[in-house]
Amino acid sequence: MSQLDGHVPPGPLAEKWDKYRNEMKLVGPANKRKLHIIVVGSGLAGASAAATLGEQGYNVDCFCYQDSPRRAHSIAAQGGINAAKNYQNDGDSVYRLFYDTIKGGDFRSREANVYRLAQVSNNIIDQCAAQGVPFAREYGGSLANRSFGGALVSRTFYARGQTGQQLLLGAYAALSRQIAMGAVRMHTRTEMLDLVLIDGVARGIVTRDLVTGTIQSYAGDAVVLGTGGYANLYFLSTNAAGCNVTAAYRAYKKGAFFANPCYVQIHPTCIPVTGDHQSKLTLMSESLRNDGRVWVSKKAGDKRPPGDIPEAERDYYLERKYPSYGNLAPRDISSRNAKEVCDEGRGVGESGRGVYLDFADSIKRLGIGTIRERYGNLFDMYYKITAEDGYQTPMRIYPAAHYVMGGLWVDYNLMSNIPGLYVIGEANFSDHGANRLGASALMQGLADGYFVLPYTITNYLATAKPAKVTADRPEFRQAETEVTDKLKRLLSLHGKRTVLSIHRELGHIMWEHCGMSRNDAGLKKALDLIPQLREEFWKNTIVPGANEELNMALEKAGRVADYLEFAELLCHDALGRAESCGSHFREESRTPDGEARRDDEHFCHVSAWEFTGAGQKPVMHKEPLEFETVQLAQRSYK
Amino acid sequence: MNLTLHVWRQKNAKDRGRMATYDARDISPNMSFLEMLDVVNERLILSGEEPIAFDHDCREGICGMCSLVINGIAHGAERGTTVCQLHMRHFKDGQEITIEPWRAKPFPVLRDLIVDRAALDRIMQAGGFVSVNTGGGPDANALPIPKPEAELAMDAAACIGCGACVASCKNASAMLFVSAKIAQFAHLPQGQPERMSRVRNMITAMDAEGFGNCTNQYECEAVCPKEIPVRFIAEMNRDYCKASR
Amino acid sequence: MTGYVRFVKSSIGSKLLMAVTGVILLLFVIGHMLGNLQIFLGQDALNTYAEKLRGISLLLWIVRISLLVITLIHIVTSLRLSWLNRQARSLPYVYKNTVQATLASRTMLYSGLLVLAFVLYHLMHFTWGITNPEYSKLLDPKGRPDVYSMVVLSFRNLPVSITYIIAMILLWFHLSHGGSSVFQTLGVSQPKYHKMTERVGPILATIIVAGNISIPFFILLGVVKPFAGGMP
Ligand SMILES: Cc1cc2nc3c(=O)[nH]c(=O)nc-3n(C[C@H](O)[C@H](O)[C@H](O)COP(=O)(O)OP(=O)(O)OC[C@H]3O[C@@H](n4cnc5c(N)ncnc54)[C@H](O)[C@@H]3O)c2cc1C
Ligand code: HEM
Ligand code: HEM
Ligand code: SF4
Ligand code: F3S
Ligand code: FES
Repeated sequence: MSQLDGHVPPGPLAEKWDKYRNEMKLVGPANKRKLHIIVVGSGLAGASAAATLGEQGYNVDCFCYQDSPRRAHSIAAQGGINAAKNYQNDGDSVYRLFYDTIKGGDFRSREANVYRLAQVSNNIIDQCAAQGVPFAREYGGSLANRSFGGALVSRTFYARGQTGQQLLLGAYAALSRQIAMGAVRMHTRTEMLDLVLIDGVARGIVTRDLVTGTIQSYAGDAVVLGTGGYANLYFLSTNAAGCNVTAAYRAYKKGAFFANPCYVQIHPTCIPVTGDHQSKLTLMSESLRNDGRVWVSKKAGDKRPPGDIPEAERDYYLERKYPSYGNLAPRDISSRNAKEVCDEGRGVGESGRGVYLDFADSIKRLGIGTIRERYGNLFDMYYKITAEDGYQTPMRIYPAAHYVMGGLWVDYNLMSNIPGLYVIGEANFSDHGANRLGASALMQGLADGYFVLPYTITNYLATAKPAKVTADRPEFRQAETEVTDKLKRLLSLHGKRTVLSIHRELGHIMWEHCGMSRNDAGLKKALDLIPQLREEFWKNTIVPGANEELNMALEKAGRVADYLEFAELLCHDALGRAESCGSHFREESRTPDGEARRDDEHFCHVSAWEFTGAGQKPVMHKEPLEFETVQLAQRSYK
Repeated sequence: MNLTLHVWRQKNAKDRGRMATYDARDISPNMSFLEMLDVVNERLILSGEEPIAFDHDCREGICGMCSLVINGIAHGAERGTTVCQLHMRHFKDGQEITIEPWRAKPFPVLRDLIVDRAALDRIMQAGGFVSVNTGGGPDANALPIPKPEAELAMDAAACIGCGACVASCKNASAMLFVSAKIAQFAHLPQGQPERMSRVRNMITAMDAEGFGNCTNQYECEAVCPKEIPVRFIAEMNRDYCKASR
Repeated sequence: MTGYVRFVKSSIGSKLLMAVTGVILLLFVIGHMLGNLQIFLGQDALNTYAEKLRGISLLLWIVRISLLVITLIHIVTSLRLSWLNRQARSLPYVYKNTVQATLASRTMLYSGLLVLAFVLYHLMHFTWGITNPEYSKLLDPKGRPDVYSMVVLSFRNLPVSITYIIAMILLWFHLSHGGSSVFQTLGVSQPKYHKMTERVGPILATIIVAGNISIPFFILLGVVKPFAGGMP
């Protein structure tokens, strides 16, 4: 174990970033054109980075597995994006956004990064507005805001229920412009399957063309991963079917450290599971909690329809337990409380795994028109999936795996421990500590891509040794061979189970033993079950078809194979962190009244894991977290 | 419930393709259409056959990846719904369902039900943006935008680029998609400086891709999962005429 | 010039061409119907009208040639667009289905071509006097060409009247879509009025077609009778 250095620049917190930018090295325009940057991912992080780097004059190759960069999973974000604009004059400021984010993350993030994030948040809104993102507006023509979980100010910008889509389309438009100008070459339906290092420096990637199966290498002066999160490990999640850990995990296997993998956010407002057939869970924006009240019956096993349960027999448990935040308590707290009431047998719906989200009072107060205007598309979505009318009867919601705070370790420059390998967006271990507040992932993805990485990578490229690397170096050949061998191995599987069934089982193990609440015994059980399932996978699954064709079963198999290894890493991390913090709730570590108890004495650090070989326990490196301005406090939303 | 599926199978872009028939057994009405196909595929895989390839990703109606023509209607018969959000409760036990890919010359079939929609991206590259570099914008509130105009821009921006409009149009015209893209910027002050060149360039790109021509049949509007109205086509026509003067 | 050609060949340019020529043809059809309806005013009125028209022969020829050119543009453009549209869907769907596109809108080419066939027959009938030469050379009591009798005597023939009536129904299809479609094509269809403009086509088509059909209809019923004269 060693100590990791986050390379945070010296100086007072509020001045670090400005100072960094004033003092960083620059690359001349003529040289930029000769520098080649590989950006994997076209979500908010990847697209904004690729577009900005293209604008700056770099030579960029950008990759995504979908058929168009516009379809990255950022598109699904509904609720909004935070910024410290203080347009509402309700006392918001950069410092307050910074503080809320770091507190929301339960003091498990790097102070300097979070401060920088809050600083550039305002530039993001300006940038997106300039691009023509149709943010919601007031009648006076100024931008509208809403409030979101974990904050007492109204700082969330939104575009109906499609904020992620609109922001991504903005970045995609900027990217399209660069593609048209020839500054960026876009490779769609192309999956990164390995990272290539030469002399310890990231120099390129190996990809598979998902239509033809061609394995091809791309060399560059730096590699940027913006490949999103791995919540799909849980099988049922709010993520898109293709979301994967593959890119990050293969970089991990090449030596990049994986930080805090156990920080997985379980989102409180999803539509409950209805049956075994289900392939995903649908999130409804938590902005619903602004006007919806969460409740269950006071009695266990109460099977009455919601309308028949009188007011006095309802338990508005969030309002009761957290009077100042009420229904807007942070996600981890809301989720855990929902699980708790369901465990007590007070859950609603057929499965008993659900709680009510009731709009009756708001409709009475504001009128159905206002509610429809604010959330119409969410009510429609709910109706489509459940065939129930949320305006008439309360909606049923339940938590689901949603977002991962963990990811590849990066320093202040967003560079991993491998020189030349940058990680941005959800794929890095991020600025959200142990829990992310609503509307801050979009902010982080765009901050990284538009305003941070383009500076820090320039500083790196200006100082790094120039090395003309092409993809015909033996290191690339070797990586290609490894990739091809792995694909061949998958295609040689002719067992009796489908990859999907293994994935579902893996998700089940993770949800049971490493989900919303975790304990020593459960995690050990998971660590026992996962290798068995992995063995089952490599012995008894069937992967149809060939490599040289569009083969979605093969793609899926590759991703599940990586999940089966990665799951173990996640459980090791969860087991090692014997404290409760943010989304990571260890039953052993709680206060007398049952709330999470953080242990700053032993765990005020980032756990960054190093790969040591297949099937072997990874090695942990610590980055201690030091706080210059913030007082570590037990989080309280009461 | 049990269903009979008639599905387009085509190994790759060069293959001629054919319809094949499959049974879908024990389907729950709560399943989405894609989950029903998952079930069919699981069985195909286990019996040593190749699963039916179809595009999908978010499965919540926003990424625009899913793209099936069900009984002759793009995204199926439910209004304002993508196939990933179409639930089996809208079908009857024993029903026969024909599933085909988007059909348009600019959308070549890659495999089975998967088509290549890169043509839409190329149209966007021709002008579907505001030319502003990162960091180049003024304070976001420096440019007030009347709410009704902002709402209209948002109506247009809601397009998810799925291409159902093309698939459903008898002329395989991409006018609804292109007009939505153009309208988003045409209704915002940010879009004004390039308004004329944008419409000219995007229409030129659209025509070059080989899409058909609109004859105002409004079928596109009926299947559009985001219910983009055809008024945007009218606006685009007007802008194009102005731009061509 | 090249810019103009490019515009006209573009999708929206061609659409515009269809609409502009379509509107002119539409105006002609309306005007022509109003002229024809004078048959109900009697022999003298109609023949006076026909006489007047022929009197301004220079203008008449200008109008005729413009109409011919416009019709040709309308037809050539429609054939070109239909050809391109057919190519844009190289492989048709196995299961064909339609949600809201009207039958009229989907059959514009066919209704148009059939109307063209009708117009050719119609010219052979009245203008060139090929199909019913016996009625073309009639003169009225004032010695003018007797258009009135030509029409009335022709339409007393059931097959001729039925041909006209069928042709008018086809015209109805063409105009019920075309008459609304122009608003959308020309971009004058404001959302506020969209519902209204969508009704213009069918209403206009119904008026035109009803007006035209009323002529053979009332002639067949014997309400409009042959007058004196009608002598070669
Ligand atoms: C349903 C939902 C709602 C959300 N709502 C909000 C919200 O309201 N506010 C908020 O702030 N956050 C929200 N989030 C979180 C936020 O959307 C994501 O964290 C964020 O968008 C991630 O952006 P990204 O660019 O890092 O990754 P993504 O957008 O996931 O993009 C990943 C990219 O990497 C590519 N990729 C992945 N793997 C590979 C590979 N192996 N090879 C090649 N390419 C690859 C993909 O093609 C894609 O282009 C929401 C998330 C979900 C799921
Ligand atoms: C007197 C005869 C005719 C009249 C009054 C007429 C009128 C119109 C009108 C008003 C339109 C609508 C244009 C638009 O969409 O904006 C139209 C469209 C069309 N016409 Fe005609 N037309 C006539 C003859 C013909 C003929 C002879 C043909 C065929 C060869 C034809 C083929 C078409 C086609 C295919 C369209 C559809 C194009 C479209 O909707 O954009 N028309 N016509
Ligand atoms: C029942 C309905 C109609 C009647 C009774 C009618 C009658 C006539 C008559 C009498 C003439 C000859 C005038 C003359 O030579 O002095 C004529 C000419 C003509 N009609 Fe019609 N018509 C009818 C419908 C139409 C329609 C629907 C069209 C077009 C779509 C049409 C197109 C023409 C044309 C192009 C001419 C030639 C005009 C010219 O000489 O320049 N007619 N019509
Ligand atoms: S306009 Fe509608 S149908 Fe066409 S691409 Fe956009 S969302 Fe899909
Ligand atoms: S269906 Fe086609 S014809 Fe025009 S109005 Fe829509 S593009
Ligand atoms: S799968 Fe994303 S819209 Fe259907």
